[in-house]
Amino acid sequence: MTVLDNKADQAVAEAPARRPVKRSRLTLRRFLRNRWSVAGLAVLVLLYVLAFSYPLFSPFSYEFHDTNLTYDPPTVTHWFGTDNIGTDMFVATMRGMQKSLTIGLLVGVISTLLSAVVGAAAGFFGGFTDRALMWLVDLLLVLPSFLIISISSPLFKGASWLIFVVLLVLFQWMITARIVRGMTLTLKTREYVSAARFMGQSSWRIIFKHILPNMASLLIVDATINVGSAVLQETGLSYFGFGVQPPDISLGTLIQTGSNSVLTFPWLFYAPAIMLILISLSVAVVGDGLRDALDPSSTKARRRVKRKKEAAA
Amino acid sequence: MSGPVTENDTPVLEVTDLAVSFPSEAGTVQAVRGLSYRVGRGEVLGIAGESGSGKSVSSLAVMGLLPPQARITGSIRFQGQQLLGLSDVQLAKIRGRRVAMVFQDPLSALTPVYTVGDQIAEALLVHGKGRISRQAAANRAVELLDLVGIPHAAQRAKAFPHEFSGGMRQRAVIAMAIANDPDLIIADEPTTALDVTVQAQVLEVLKTAQEVTGAGIVIITHDLGVVAGFADRLMVMYAGRAVETGQVAEVYQQPRMPYTLGLLGSLPRLDATEKLPLVPINGQPPSLVDLPEGCPFAPRCPMAVDACLEAEPELSAVDSAGEHHAACVRTAELAATEAAAEEIEGVDASNAAAIEAAVEVFGAEVVQAQARDLAPREQRPTVLRVDELVKHYPLNKGTVFKRRVGTVHAVDGVSFEIREGETLGLVGESGCGKTTTLMEVLGLTPPSGGAIEVLGRDVSTLDKKARRAVRRDMQVVFQDPMASLDPRMPIGDVLAEPMQVHGLDAEHIRKRIPQLLDLVGLRAEHADRYPAEFSGGQRQRIGIARALALEPKLLVLDEPVSALDVSIQAGVINLLDQLKVELGLSYLFVAHDLSVVRHIADRVAVMYLGRIVEIGTVDTVFGNPLHPYTQALLSAIPLPDPVKERQRERIILSGDLPSPADPPSGCRFRTRCFLHTTLPESDRARCVGEQPERVGHGQDHEVACHFARSKQVV
Repeated sequence: MTVLDNKADQAVAEAPARRPVKRSRLTLRRFLRNRWSVAGLAVLVLLYVLAFSYPLFSPFSYEFHDTNLTYDPPTVTHWFGTDNIGTDMFVATMRGMQKSLTIGLLVGVISTLLSAVVGAAAGFFGGFTDRALMWLVDLLLVLPSFLIISISSPLFKGASWLIFVVLLVLFQWMITARIVRGMTLTLKTREYVSAARFMGQSSWRIIFKHILPNMASLLIVDATINVGSAVLQETGLSYFGFGVQPPDISLGTLIQTGSNSVLTFPWLFYAPAIMLILISLSVAVVGDGLRDALDPSSTKARRRVKRKKEAAA
Repeated sequence: MSGPVTENDTPVLEVTDLAVSFPSEAGTVQAVRGLSYRVGRGEVLGIAGESGSGKSVSSLAVMGLLPPQARITGSIRFQGQQLLGLSDVQLAKIRGRRVAMVFQDPLSALTPVYTVGDQIAEALLVHGKGRISRQAAANRAVELLDLVGIPHAAQRAKAFPHEFSGGMRQRAVIAMAIANDPDLIIADEPTTALDVTVQAQVLEVLKTAQEVTGAGIVIITHDLGVVAGFADRLMVMYAGRAVETGQVAEVYQQPRMPYTLGLLGSLPRLDATEKLPLVPINGQPPSLVDLPEGCPFAPRCPMAVDACLEAEPELSAVDSAGEHHAACVRTAELAATEAAAEEIEGVDASNAAAIEAAVEVFGAEVVQAQARDLAPREQRPTVLRVDELVKHYPLNKGTVFKRRVGTVHAVDGVSFEIREGETLGLVGESGCGKTTTLMEVLGLTPPSGGAIEVLGRDVSTLDKKARRAVRRDMQVVFQDPMASLDPRMPIGDVLAEPMQVHGLDAEHIRKRIPQLLDLVGLRAEHADRYPAEFSGGQRQRIGIARALALEPKLLVLDEPVSALDVSIQAGVINLLDQLKVELGLSYLFVAHDLSVVRHIADRVAVMYLGRIVEIGTVDTVFGNPLHPYTQALLSAIPLPDPVKERQRERIILSGDLPSPADPPSGCRFRTRCFLHTTLPESDRARCVGEQPERVGHGQDHEVACHFARSKQVV
């Protein structure tokens, strides 16, 4: 095998001289460059941590009602004040946030996964599968989701709030599924997909190994945005009494009870409402930042470099 | 064509010390670093170089079309007027009227929602405000379309761009470029996206355009064949600088920069009578972010000495007339090598000495195909047999109720066979059905007509399990090295995938990956890197390694080198040659580049509109082509040899490939056939009425033409 020797020489000469930055590192770098998104992410993480670790900061429990201290405005002891039966509003808001954030996260992740699988299957297999799935998507898109959830939620009264998650997911995955289908149609014609097919790889393996990882950026951004809209949907439905049912509480139910006394005892309303606004704003800027960081053609993440460079020069 | 500029002439375009840089993630990319050139009236300047050499960026800078983040310094004078620093509004007055541009991709250069005639008229109206009426502009547009050779110009002017074929669109773009009688035309790879036969037509049109307008032309290309016949002067660019300039003939005959020499040596020759060694230029173009000091080509240059690494050589005159410049410290040694280089058999070119010098300097060798003792062809087993293969697509209309309105005859009775250890080249224009044939072979599903036999097994009899077994023996290498590797998988996983699919155990796979990387000239530690970290040529090597993972017997190669730069291409072709000999592979090699096929294939089949019109050994088909289509195809390929190229008589085929949905009756080529028009009436009736069958003409040479006659074309 003397021929191989000179090929090996060639390889040495051809080896990439310097290891370029990895894609994940690059994405991270570009994300960190966007200060708003980093702040949004920090706020989100902080709220999550806070929602689950509030007992560490507050001596009160949700079950504890200080009947001597009803409608107490925010003080050093009761940070967000108390409500009509003397429940500490800080603790109540944290409890509500627990539920809202958990539901939001579950709905966001599950609906994105569902849309990925359905969209990729429709795009990849084509033909009858495609038509049937897209028909289902169109059908669900034209149904008024708010109405259906509010009508069906009494049927599940007393059942776990997880049913509510299922209902929310059911009406949230369709648009992403359509986008995923479109992207699958283009990815399907890529040569590495044909290569996998010609080497005998099975269709589902191709979908999970080659197609979905290659639209990971879309799915990540989409999941983020879905979390935000799921939180809003959940709060909206709960506000009208169709979502989370007592004794569970969520930001929606808190806002609903607080809204009656918004002029007299504003902290009852503002505490949960501001949390909700914080959550949805943070999710929106994080989604924005992720999209810019993951999209190689986005100039937004790049332009900053130039400005910095010019400032330095 | 007028001669070179004299001293006191004001050049049409004078670029001095142009530098362009872009900010990027990795740092500032210095795309162009101190470029100077001038173009006289009526002069054609060719700019050649690999992708990333800055050739397109420099011309976009002239047009003022660079994105706003680009930093441009130096001077660009157009007829004495400084263009750099002009506002967009001021530039717009010059652009399109006095400087015109022809872009690479005719598909995106025209707006799809306006008719072609309107778009050309618009070019006239924008610059002739008030001076030209709408009607006059429309009439002029028709004249221009006629000038660039579009038949029935008055009707076609009302057509939309999607109704035009690629070649016609590029003509329309040229018509638009010459509409205002410009003084300078910049053509950026004007023929790269086109088929060879159409490329010949478009170059012809550009020549006419130049004669009509007397404009100076800057033609940017990576194809040294195109410039050889068309340009007066040539500038070779490397890493953002000109490394050699001079009269075309001189640069080709006495290249004084090793890079130019390497480029010339790396081109497979269509006119070679014997298999010539191909010169691979090792390594890859440098990153333009932090260029090290010294000559940027030094790391790849076999002649590099210490002096090369110290300072970047300036362009300096290498001849007495002072017209030929090269940026190299070793031009004298190069001249000496050239004089002393030993003669190689089979080189038949005006610049033979340069090619021989390239072979000597870069140390290329012919891969001996006969290294393995091969039995005569008839005694070797057949690896792939395709018999009267038919593939028709239905042409449907309507969305809810689909009804069939026609049939696309993509492949219509194709037969060929490949024996063990043999390479069959399948060539033809795009749309001739070569890719469909390939996909049918790779699909391993029963064809709609005819039969495919892989390694003696008829694919229509295969069940799922047997099909998988056959897949092991037949693997594929794709055209686009960027698209054929999953960007999210490290190379090791890419190579492991086929073995995992076929159930090989993990231990075997782990051992096999370094072997495979070694086989294609990469290193074992590359296994954990991602495709994005490799250059195009390296990725193509990885694609080849993946195909070899299962030790197949037949490799199907779909244009494996057409997306690569010339200097890289030679390395991959040599690798394929070597692997074939070492591993006893058979290749089905689909390509549109006939020079590459001539180099690598043993036999060649020429396809036209779904049928094979000529098949035989490479030497007979290329040396003595009998079918008029083969003759036209061969004559359309520009030779990288200015002397020969200008003496050749070119057969220009009229029109484009007919639609495969409605192929002509009888002989399918008759609508474009130059021979057909010269035949007497009675013979012509035969072409129209009777489909020619493939008939043997001598040993292993079959031609499907009623009136096959030989013609010297190369």
